[in-house]
Amino acid sequence: MNPQERLAAALARIPYAQFLGVRAELKGDELTLILPFAEHLIGNPLLPALHGGVVGALMELTALTQLAIASKSEAFPKTIDINVDYLRSGKPVDTFARARVVKIGRRIANVQAEAWQAERANAIAAMHGHFMLPDDTVLTPGQN
Amino acid sequence: MPDSPIAYGAGDTAIEQVNAMFRFTPQAKALGVTVTKTAKGRAWGRVPYRAELVGDPDTGVIAGGVLTTFLDQLCGAAAILAMNQPTVVATIDLRIDYMRPAQPGRDVLAEAHCTKLGKNVAFVRATAYEDTPDNPIAHVTSAFAINARKPKAKP
Repeated sequence: MNPQERLAAALARIPYAQFLGVRAELKGDELTLILPFAEHLIGNPLLPALHGGVVGALMELTALTQLAIASKSEAFPKTIDINVDYLRSGKPVDTFARARVVKIGRRIANVQAEAWQAERANAIAAMHGHFMLPDDTVLTPGQN
Repeated sequence: MPDSPIAYGAGDTAIEQVNAMFRFTPQAKALGVTVTKTAKGRAWGRVPYRAELVGDPDTGVIAGGVLTTFLDQLCGAAAILAMNQPTVVATIDLRIDYMRPAQPGRDVLAEAHCTKLGKNVAFVRATAYEDTPDNPIAHVTSAFAINARKPKAKP
């Protein structure tokens, strides 16, 4: 399996990722998660707007997956905490998210993520969080 | 369409109105989120365990994202329940601290409390658990923007 296939297989194993309808694209070591719009993702039907929890979930999933790639681990890390800032309401269109691993420590990693829609420069939400690394994490020189 | 979020559905009591609001929210309905008890500025709720909401297929633990949505929804309800004139709220930020994984196969309960209702911003804290809040799964700290209603022009 190539990295893209391995990633797709990893996401396919997560029932909640399937519930949301999340897809992944990997270019080199940079991951983009794509959340195609679906009616059940709506949180405010009057605007309408995506549910904030869904946008937060997308960024958390992106952070976990990017971290699994960066730490060369087969298992997903565990979330310790997440901080989500909502910048604008999510329109009923496709949403994208990317994450940046800020620091991988011996046991804990710090990751930032952003979600956007039509324009990459206009993020609809931002997240930063801490994640507990699985025991099989391989640290490469310079990462800790 | 009503501009008051708790005027969406039928119901005389606050709990019926909040549950009507949740049923009117497609993602809350998709997760099966319900409110079990309400008080001034407080909401108690439940998200049922379902296999399709699992985030870790090896352990069967429910996905963090499910709790994010559930707790965001419940905190918003607590903010609205603090108001004398209910209006629409929008999440400004939400922080979740995970103390431990949720127990596989069990519903997650939570209680949210609006600790301060300002003119423009409401602050809400919440705790998620299976049995009692003194054995928490997660703690939440959140802030909501209050969309103040424009006063109607006098005829």
